Amino acid sequence: MKHIVIVGNGISGITAARHIRKHSDHRITVISGETDYFFSRTALMYIYMGHMKYEHTKPYEDYFWEKNRIELKKAWVNHIDFEQKRLLLDGDASLTYDVLILAVGSEPNRFGWPGQDLEGVQGLYSYQDLEKLEVYTKGIRRGVIVGGGLIGVEMAEMLLSRGIEVTLLVREQSYWNHVLPAEESALVSRHIQAHHVDLRPGTELAEIRPDSSGKRVGSIVTNKGESIECQFVCLAVGVHPRVEWMAETPLETDRGILVNEYFETNLPDVYAIGDCAQHRQPPAGRKAIEQIWYTGRIMGETLARTICGTRTPYTPGIFFNSAKFFDIEYQTYGEVAVPLPADTETFFWEHSNGRTALRINHKSDAGAVVGFNAMGLRLRHEVCERWIKEERSIRYAMEHLRDIHFDPEFFRRHEEEIVQTYNSTHPEHVVVPRKKNSFLSRLFS
Amino acid sequence: MNIIQKTGLGLFLIGFLVWIATLTMGKFTLTDQVLKDNLKPNHYEQLRPSLAPMLNKTYATPFGFNDDLANTIDQVNRGYKIQNQMDKAINDSYAFALTKAASHGIIREANVPLFWASIGLAIVGALINILAGLRKLPGIKNDHIYHNSTTSRGWLGIIIGTFLIVFYVIIYFFPQYIANWTFLVDPLSRALSGTPASQWFLYGTLYTLAILVMGIRMLIKYRHNRYQQVRTVSVMFFQLSFAFIIAEILIALSLPYYDFKNMWPLDYDFFFEWHLDSLTSSGRLGMFMLVWGIALFTIGVPLFTYLYGKRWYCSWVCGCGGLAETLGDPYRQLSDKSLKAWQVERYMVHGVLVFVVVMTALVLYTYFTGQSNIGPISSYSVRSIYGFWIGALFSGVVGVGFYPLMGNRVWCRYGCPLAAYIGIVQRFKSRFRITTNGGQCISCGNCSTYCEMGIDVRWYAQRGQDVVRASCVGCGICSAVCPRGVLNLENAAPGSRVLIAPEVLTGNDMLRENHKARMTDTQN
Ligand SMILES: Cc1cc2nc3c(=O)[nH]c(=O)nc-3n(C[C@H](O)[C@H](O)[C@H](O)COP(=O)(O)OP(=O)(O)OC[C@H]3O[C@@H](n4cnc5c(N)ncnc54)[C@H](O)[C@@H]3O)c2cc1C
Ligand code: SF4
Ligand code: SF4
Repeated sequence: MKHIVIVGNGISGITAARHIRKHSDHRITVISGETDYFFSRTALMYIYMGHMKYEHTKPYEDYFWEKNRIELKKAWVNHIDFEQKRLLLDGDASLTYDVLILAVGSEPNRFGWPGQDLEGVQGLYSYQDLEKLEVYTKGIRRGVIVGGGLIGVEMAEMLLSRGIEVTLLVREQSYWNHVLPAEESALVSRHIQAHHVDLRPGTELAEIRPDSSGKRVGSIVTNKGESIECQFVCLAVGVHPRVEWMAETPLETDRGILVNEYFETNLPDVYAIGDCAQHRQPPAGRKAIEQIWYTGRIMGETLARTICGTRTPYTPGIFFNSAKFFDIEYQTYGEVAVPLPADTETFFWEHSNGRTALRINHKSDAGAVVGFNAMGLRLRHEVCERWIKEERSIRYAMEHLRDIHFDPEFFRRHEEEIVQTYNSTHPEHVVVPRKKNSFLSRLFS
Repeated sequence: MNIIQKTGLGLFLIGFLVWIATLTMGKFTLTDQVLKDNLKPNHYEQLRPSLAPMLNKTYATPFGFNDDLANTIDQVNRGYKIQNQMDKAINDSYAFALTKAASHGIIREANVPLFWASIGLAIVGALINILAGLRKLPGIKNDHIYHNSTTSRGWLGIIIGTFLIVFYVIIYFFPQYIANWTFLVDPLSRALSGTPASQWFLYGTLYTLAILVMGIRMLIKYRHNRYQQVRTVSVMFFQLSFAFIIAEILIALSLPYYDFKNMWPLDYDFFFEWHLDSLTSSGRLGMFMLVWGIALFTIGVPLFTYLYGKRWYCSWVCGCGGLAETLGDPYRQLSDKSLKAWQVERYMVHGVLVFVVVMTALVLYTYFTGQSNIGPISSYSVRSIYGFWIGALFSGVVGVGFYPLMGNRVWCRYGCPLAAYIGIVQRFKSRFRITTNGGQCISCGNCSTYCEMGIDVRWYAQRGQDVVRASCVGCGICSAVCPRGVLNLENAAPGSRVLIAPEVLTGNDMLRENHKARMTDTQN
């Protein structure tokens, strides 16, 4: 029996712990300085908006950990002595390990803007950030959000829920247009504006200025020289692995902790997973650092296998992700690259309501589908993944659109309209959608 | 809250206060005529002399009036006891009828204007407040639910809960104190059934109004979600037509009161002698009602539950469900999600099911053999125990009174024997399940938080297992609030329900291996 110590109680560390317990009797300790228990970081916005309380964001009841013999420890690790296999914690405590898993996550980027250390300037990543947010946004009139990514939009929704006016600075010419193709980006931009967000594309932060007290933020200045009065600034310009505190150690890092496909670092018995891991050789089509929930979970599952004796390489399947822009859900499967690669064609349908859209990218030659983007529509993960893996053609996809549909019953179905759109743009091969099975045949299926 | 919402709330509160104030309007004077009209002739003879001091005396409140009335009847009964003439004792409850008949003054004369100034104004105010929701863009808007003391078990929630509990206790046990309220709905009652309003008509009216008004709130809140809309229209329809209008019209036609959508064992007195007698003596229609009532739970439940799951009844048809899904919707998040609560729930709800089956067996035994006892157990005392503890206290006082404290499905989850029965069918023989979408769950917890039945939906979603639970009423709110499109209520071949979590979730190409899991990562 080994003592496995996991630093970080986020999705990746906790998934590793759960799966190691599933497959072994090792002693498992999880350390985190953030919270006593694992909670869902993705739900921070809902706590702020009053949809849930912190308790509701804990995916497992508190008894779960003891029952599964996963020891939890709330402490910050200040230093790691890799030679001695020892962690130094707050208040001079220490802990030794046989196997160490670093799942320390990220921290928000700050690009050295003048005034970024003023009170009322912050990012949103941790539970502590949420607490600060409560304090700094109390009773204020306007907040400026810097950064046109997913957290930026979440933050806009959060502030609006408290009646705070929002200015959203987006460096790109259109919202998130390095990830979303032009149509989706426009769709989301319109929706953001429909919620009365003052959206400023093509605008960057130049400087943050204090108010009369000299300590708190009072306004910002954009790269266009414009000054915007505000009482709060959220920096939502991405995150980076939380590795600075390990800089003076033999652990090899670049932007993140460097790992191979087995999450092995340069040091024996030390692994890194989740947001903080940087793949030396990322799997095809993947980034070296992936800061998303799902990949953190997959890494945790995979590493647990290796630690329990079945050496297993990181093989995430077909990429997928999802988000919600105010009221519009977004799901993506496979590759929807921007700009469109030369060997790929795209099919795009948008509903006249301007809130619902579907994109299917496919290879130009045989028409094999490679990726889906859905806005305001729910797609069936399993089917999208299968079609991409099986290289089903766009024609096949059009014929079987019904199968990827995942919207609730009674929702208006769009298959017919989508196929019509396809047929009108591809008159050379008209698709006839497969009929819905009759009620009786479904009954006895 | 914007200005329109505030105006609406203000009007609602004024209407509510006027409604409370109507309880103090009018006076109570017992006359000989009132006694003649309301007492059985023999009771009239028995009581008339002792009640003489009360006659033509005017009381300002129903309290003084009822104190004197109760004391008088008590005295008379005590007299019989001393004289060992218990057969003469008066056990009929005359309090409500006499109080209502004795009431006079503004409440009786101005009942129509007062109706509009109280209930009418409250409805208008509530609708204005609700319609203001249209100003928001369609989508899930659960902002501030946990900041608001009404919906987060704060002091306002406790006050509302206390009011509801008191209201139920009065309706069930002390209707004489709210006789004034029945004047407000007298015209409606006469129009529908030709009879003056009883406390039950008042209750039925308020119940139906609550479902309609709060149903409109649901329709607006979920105007982006057609499942919610169709389902809400369905409960509004069944309450208004089946439970209310049709049932009242039957009374107008001197037919037995019958709610065609209610069924045993929720309708626990279906097999009571008085009910069977009233059905069997009501000709063809009565026989139809009897057969229909039996067919509903013997054929309807298994068939429809197999096809669509428990939801066909619990969140589409049932009156208790209808109130929970409309009036109770603001409180759904207060249900307890812990494993403990689930354990308690299973014992309690199945316990009530066993209780109702045993009671009904005893009742039928009495019906067919004419014997009231099996050994020391009297079927009459068993049914009155059930009626008091389960029928009145649990389903009414606790079931609705606890909305703001324990969520809107306390009765359905812990007490309803019909839900227990349908749940067993849903769990073991149904096409219904809630599918979880591959690996898309981010464990945020919205689904579990807003599940009124206290199901920890996330626990299933994050491990890729279908939600197949006896208690799920298929309200579809978990699916509606999920920000990642993970959950979908579906019907398909029963065998295709994913009852064991996949070893590796969709999205991970790691090889499957069939390790025996050593973890107690399981809830059951
Ligand atoms: C507001 C928000 C919304 C998001 N929404 C989504 C989404 O919708 N979908 C999606 O895919 N992704 C989303 N993400 C990203 C996703 O949450 C992260 O990718 C994921 O949580 C990373 O998990 P992790 O386990 O790698 O690290 P983390 O969750 O960051 O966990 C690391 C833990 O380690 C602790 N720690 C770090 N250093 C130390 C130390 N020295 N000593 C002790 N403890 C330490 C940290 O305090 C933290 O608790 C969101 C992120 C945020 C902030
Ligand atoms: S699991 Fe979902 S559908 Fe079932 S009762 Fe709970 S919220 Fe409603
Ligand atoms: S609401 Fe959706 S994403 Fe959140 S925990 Fe439930 S299933 Fe998962």
